[in-house]
Amino acid sequence: MNTAKAPSAYTEFHPRWYRKRVSTWWWLGSGPYLRFILRELSSIFVALSVAMTLAQLWALRFGADAYSRFQESMRSPWLMALGVLTLAFTVFHSITWFNLAPRALTVRIGGRRVPEIMIALPNFIGWAAVSALIAWLVVRG
Amino acid sequence: MPETVTLEVTRYSPERDAQPSLEKFEVPLRKDWVVLDALNHIKDKVDGSLTYRWSCRMGICGSCGMMVNGEPKLTCATFLSAYTRGKPIRIEPLRYFPVVRDLVVELSDFVTKLTQVMPWLVRKQEKAIAEGEYLQTPEGLESYRQYAMCINCTLCYAACPVYGLDPVFIGPAALALAQRYNMDSRDQGAEERMAHLAHPEGVWGCTFVGECTRVCPKHVDPAGAIQQYKIKAALDWFKSFVMPRGEQ
Repeated sequence: MNTAKAPSAYTEFHPRWYRKRVSTWWWLGSGPYLRFILRELSSIFVALSVAMTLAQLWALRFGADAYSRFQESMRSPWLMALGVLTLAFTVFHSITWFNLAPRALTVRIGGRRVPEIMIALPNFIGWAAVSALIAWLVVRG
Repeated sequence: MPETVTLEVTRYSPERDAQPSLEKFEVPLRKDWVVLDALNHIKDKVDGSLTYRWSCRMGICGSCGMMVNGEPKLTCATFLSAYTRGKPIRIEPLRYFPVVRDLVVELSDFVTKLTQVMPWLVRKQEKAIAEGEYLQTPEGLESYRQYAMCINCTLCYAACPVYGLDPVFIGPAALALAQRYNMDSRDQGAEERMAHLAHPEGVWGCTFVGECTRVCPKHVDPAGAIQQYKIKAALDWFKSFVMPRGEQ
């Protein structure tokens, strides 16, 4: 039986306990909380980058002219600014994600826990390798 | 004349006040004094009605947790000299808990939740006392020792905005202690605990803010324990999906 919804059997007999309401802006009070909210917010930009890539592939499907029109539309200052913002948040999201990975994944070898850097580092190396491969494919034309 | 520091201390008398207020006290700034020493000085020499909890004075009992300049701290392990000279140090009751009086908070909610996760060895069948103890190997101990260091000081709850915003969340310390017993090879209660842990008020309520781990004075890493349990819960669900009649 889960009784977590009943916080305390004594609460109702102590109406004079002071309970402070949590402010809507609680996350502005400290650096770590702000970083957490930005990390959560970055998910929206990750989704946006996926949507942009899908739109790009969709345009490619309709031939060279359609793809040129798509590229032209992406050159608008607003979309370029959005692209830069999306890239910044996606990089931030990736870094925070890879840095948190060792906390969730504990690997033990010979009874000893593998150092956190050994879990995070392969993620960063894999990220760099895939990015370099894509960059090479794009630059090669 | 000795150097002094100003402490801004929360005062709240439920019989008299509608809400807490801050009262300033001037205390000697001694190099070897922790915040708790300053509070004891106020209680002994200035105002005997100041109310707060403390016991061991050596970071073991976990009862002197308070907000010091907005950070959850054990006041017996927080030196006055760690704060900028000339600026007042603000001492408040632990955040997100109801305030009973001055710096004392009500912890029944935490204790109730702690009991729910059964932080003790659960055996399907207890053996007779004459058969001896349930033994553990040093390697086995090492796997959960970190989580066993929890002293129930609840600093992690005061650092967890999820608990503040959604008080039904079981919270970091109780979840870390549940994980401690789940990882103990002598325990057989993981399935029973799963009922409390693998639901939105349990591990899935955690959004991995990570502040619980940062403020923990015993380096327990509740955030890590919760994420590890999420992986276990997801794998168990997957196994039950792939092998509905198989062993989980």
